[in-house]
Amino acid sequence: MIEFKMPSLGADMEQGTLVEWLKKPGDVIHKGDVLAVVETQKGAIEIEVFSDGVLRDCRASPGDHVPVGEVIAILDGDKTSVMPTVKPSFSPVPSHKPVSAERLPGKPKITPAARRLAQQLGLDISNIAADSSGVVGLRQVQASSPETSPAEAGRAGIDFKEMRKAIAAAMARSKREIPHYYVSSDIDVTALMDWLAQENASRSVADRLLYAVPLFRVLARTLVDTPELNGHYEQDTFSPAQTVNAGIAIAMRGGGLVAPSIRDVAGKSIDELRISLTDLVGRVRSGRLRSSELSNATVTFSNLGERTADTLMPIIYPPQVAIIGCGQIVSRPWVKDGEIHVRQIMSVTVAGDHRVSDGRSAARFLSRLEQRLTAPEGS
Amino acid sequence: MNELELTELVKRTLFDVAPDLEGEAIDPETPFRDQFEFDSMDFLNFIIGLHQATGEEIPEADYPQLASLKDCVSYLKAKNV
Repeated sequence: MIEFKMPSLGADMEQGTLVEWLKKPGDVIHKGDVLAVVETQKGAIEIEVFSDGVLRDCRASPGDHVPVGEVIAILDGDKTSVMPTVKPSFSPVPSHKPVSAERLPGKPKITPAARRLAQQLGLDISNIAADSSGVVGLRQVQASSPETSPAEAGRAGIDFKEMRKAIAAAMARSKREIPHYYVSSDIDVTALMDWLAQENASRSVADRLLYAVPLFRVLARTLVDTPELNGHYEQDTFSPAQTVNAGIAIAMRGGGLVAPSIRDVAGKSIDELRISLTDLVGRVRSGRLRSSELSNATVTFSNLGERTADTLMPIIYPPQVAIIGCGQIVSRPWVKDGEIHVRQIMSVTVAGDHRVSDGRSAARFLSRLEQRLTAPEGS
Repeated sequence: MNELELTELVKRTLFDVAPDLEGEAIDPETPFRDQFEFDSMDFLNFIIGLHQATGEEIPEADYPQLASLKDCVSYLKAKNV
């Protein structure tokens, strides 16, 4: 018999609300199957099973608030451990299904984002006037609730006040417990960008790469040589991770942030990583992440991206021991071989945990990263 | 396709990429990036969506011509989609 417990989907989670069971008692369960959907501060999360078995009993009902660690189901099976370890399923095709605006007969159409905002504000949807085309959007919901500022208007189906609380709790814990140090380098990424332009010119639209793909791969491959920046620190002990499971910080429309992880980034090919990243971002947008993605990151990458800012000083997400921040890529005068050239420069900052490593580790990491980035072909 | 059909096609593609925006009113002139906090991944997925819907191979150099709804319609019209 296996007790299946409400998993912790991050340092900041205390409880989850059961939304629905996707399996019923008597169903045969396979490792990786989604057992239930749980609403958390990070949105609706699909909870996966980590062993084969048969579902015997559901101990929680939809709507129940269940604390982390409480048994929600009983499974018959051979294996003893069912708390999520590490096993996201690799899906070669983006699996998110877009939710669409509902149109009930005789009623105005309402967008999913608007419906959730109305629910948050406690507004009766039938009292909200539609726009000229018969659609109730965010603007119409906001208009019928004068006290709502646009900043509070959730777009992604998530309670942003709750998410902000969760982010604040995790970051306050980080700043309280983790003695951070920061080490930074400006790195010439012209070779990487040249390689990317050439590569993309020969690729069809659907297979084109964002620079984040080769960048994350190089970061992960370099981390393999710096194990003191990749792992978990729990109960006064550091456990280096065997693979680089990179949490990818993804901003959500309307505010808020999630950092779901991609498993073994260093071991993936460029195209495997491209597919994983597209799939992950798609599911962040449609609000369906999997439990394993929120619990198994061993390090986090925060890439500001185009048209943003030059440098960021990121905060480590406990129980991880490092986070790597990449600023936007800018053209700068740069001395190379004794001459000034215009080169593409990116600032990379490592925040590390002094309980585990020193600035020297991060400096070594940055130096190796620079070596790899100046010769990016296949790196 | 006429202008109305192209507009619908672009909107449909946008909502497929960003399902949380489904049904939202789109200002035709404002770039998607500024209007909906579109990031580079959203934009790439949007271009892939346009490619799948029209069969057009859209080179990277043309991306700046596809910044807003109006831009997209003009671009696709010029390509005789």
